[in-house]
Amino acid sequence: MTVGRKLVLANFWVAVVAFGLAAIMAVMQALARADAELAIRSPKLYYVSMTAHGVLMALVFTTFFIMALGYFAVGAELKRLETPSWGWASFFVSLVGTILTTLAILSGSSTVLYTFYPPLQAHPLFYVGATLLVVGSWIWCAVMIRTYLAWRAGMAGEAVPLSVHGMMVTVIIWILATAGLAVEVVGMLLPWSFGFVEKVDPIVARTFFWWFGHPLTYFWLVPAYVVWYTILPGAIGGRVFSDRLTRVVFILFVLFSTPVGLHHQFTDPGISSGFKLLHTITTYAILFPSFVTAFSVIASFELVGRAKGAKGLFDWIGFLPWKDPFFASVALAMLTFAIGGFGGAINAAYAMNAMVKNTSWIQGHFHLTVGTAVALTFMGVSYWMLPRLTGYPVRLRALALAQPYLWFFGMMLFSIPSHITGIMGMPRRVYSAAFQGSEVAASWQFLTTVSAVGGVILFVSSAFWLAVLVVSVLGEKGERPPIEFAKPLTPVAGSAGVWDRFGLWTAVAAALIVIAYAYPIVHLLSLTRFGSSPFKPF
Amino acid sequence: MNVDLYERFWMWTATVLLVAFVLAIVVSATVSAVHPPSHTETIDPARVRTESEFAHPGVFEDENGVTVVVLAALYQFTPQTIRVPAGRPVRFRVTSPDVLHGFQIVGTNANIVVAPGYVSEVVASFPEPGEYLIVCNEYCGLSHHLMQAKLLVENAP
Repeated sequence: MTVGRKLVLANFWVAVVAFGLAAIMAVMQALARADAELAIRSPKLYYVSMTAHGVLMALVFTTFFIMALGYFAVGAELKRLETPSWGWASFFVSLVGTILTTLAILSGSSTVLYTFYPPLQAHPLFYVGATLLVVGSWIWCAVMIRTYLAWRAGMAGEAVPLSVHGMMVTVIIWILATAGLAVEVVGMLLPWSFGFVEKVDPIVARTFFWWFGHPLTYFWLVPAYVVWYTILPGAIGGRVFSDRLTRVVFILFVLFSTPVGLHHQFTDPGISSGFKLLHTITTYAILFPSFVTAFSVIASFELVGRAKGAKGLFDWIGFLPWKDPFFASVALAMLTFAIGGFGGAINAAYAMNAMVKNTSWIQGHFHLTVGTAVALTFMGVSYWMLPRLTGYPVRLRALALAQPYLWFFGMMLFSIPSHITGIMGMPRRVYSAAFQGSEVAASWQFLTTVSAVGGVILFVSSAFWLAVLVVSVLGEKGERPPIEFAKPLTPVAGSAGVWDRFGLWTAVAAALIVIAYAYPIVHLLSLTRFGSSPFKPF
Repeated sequence: MNVDLYERFWMWTATVLLVAFVLAIVVSATVSAVHPPSHTETIDPARVRTESEFAHPGVFEDENGVTVVVLAALYQFTPQTIRVPAGRPVRFRVTSPDVLHGFQIVGTNANIVVAPGYVSEVVASFPEPGEYLIVCNEYCGLSHHLMQAKLLVENAP
């Protein structure tokens, strides 16, 4: 692969650095959670590090890694990249944005957590940086779309390669999602933080935030699915179980990832229950493509095991390459995602949600989903991508192999106790869960300490990953192995079906967003609202 | 589209399961009126402390039942100790004069987001006497983890 290789690597390394910083922030939180007496422990440091961890992991690491994966897919499969200079513009704009936001956070003037709900007000640079990061990612979207259209012009009627299909779906989800974020940040928070407007309405802002916030999770997840469906099976000698069905899965994410955001606002005042119920139904609809994925990807694994001689009902599992860190990462990521999916079905449950809302259950949930299903997949695929991009073979192989297992083990220790303490009523995002000697709070402490141990193990796993990457590129350069994506089990007739019509599906998705959001937003705006002045209690 | 037989079976199973989930929710919402707290009432947060019922928070009882008026502010709930009778529906009315807060009665499903400019409501009943911890579960600043109150459920005299 030569097309766009440097762009892939530039974005990849920023993702790696962001991950490393975020991991350091996380271990500090874990130690605080264990209620350990530490010289440097303070609420200020805790909430600053939590803000930095959330922003750097959820917004910076993911976005840069996904941009890298997008260039990788079109470069390797379409053998082209239109206007690479725009790609570099995207990179530098995003990078400058990231640096500004990170500085604003570390200065202690923007301790608003990664959800930055007003009327908590961060330093203006926090919002400026976040805006630049998103503008940079929009330029990436433009490069991806231009590249796709240029390819399409020469290949009329041809089905687009599956990995590119998935990455184009990612681009569409991101554009639909960030429309809501742009309204919140550019329309409300930026002018407010500069003092041009005095007040903002916190519930209106939250509504636009969650318009963005839920499809954000599919912006993370679909690229992980691209790895599961189109890269991993090829790397372990398997096939894509069903090409056409995979396209259906991706398109379902375009349709249903956005009109669901109110399920994050079930207990908000000012939003009537009818539309919360509608968003509940669409949320369950979006579980469907993940059910299909569980079958299809595991079926493609089974084919690998059978090809190696497995005969029985389950013995193919033993024939899988469990000593390959890439395979182990994805297999454990999928297993974790299954657990996270069950939790997600409870979060989405309209009235039952009140049992878990804003409790430590939620942090347990998203560390299984984005924190493992997505992050562990990205770490795993990096072991496969790095030699193919740079020619440096993976060194410290023992650490690379231990890393996904450690991550899985650490995450189970972190997340399962978090789920349980959440059900017991422990709130999330607290520096200390002691509540001044409350008896019920004391009953959470043991499990909270277990999750802190899990956090430390996760940090060790992160350090292994970083060490493997760094030591590998300091070693001897070899041949770059070929990049091969998985081929479908039954060859598809080359024609592009209706599932390749991105424009059509984007239009349907936009219509669904209007149906889901027009009334709640108009209703909110029609209330007699007073707005809130800024507060900086940090 | 040619879909593998087992996969079709799996897709139908998933569909039935999801439809069952949705039906359970829609039926309980429409038949038994089980809804999340969705009170729609606005209030000027700048005047909450001076010119509203929240200027004098407390427990009030009249022919309509028991109402608890709570002010959630950085970093304190007022009143700090709330006494309510056992076995009767209690309506909690909560608002904030500053940032977002949460109002969660630990061990119950009374759990609401409190936003400046809006009044949040949740109705709960407590069958047995006892003591409950109330916590703020929406990050509100550096002493967020200290924001708490006590609910005492007492036998009606």
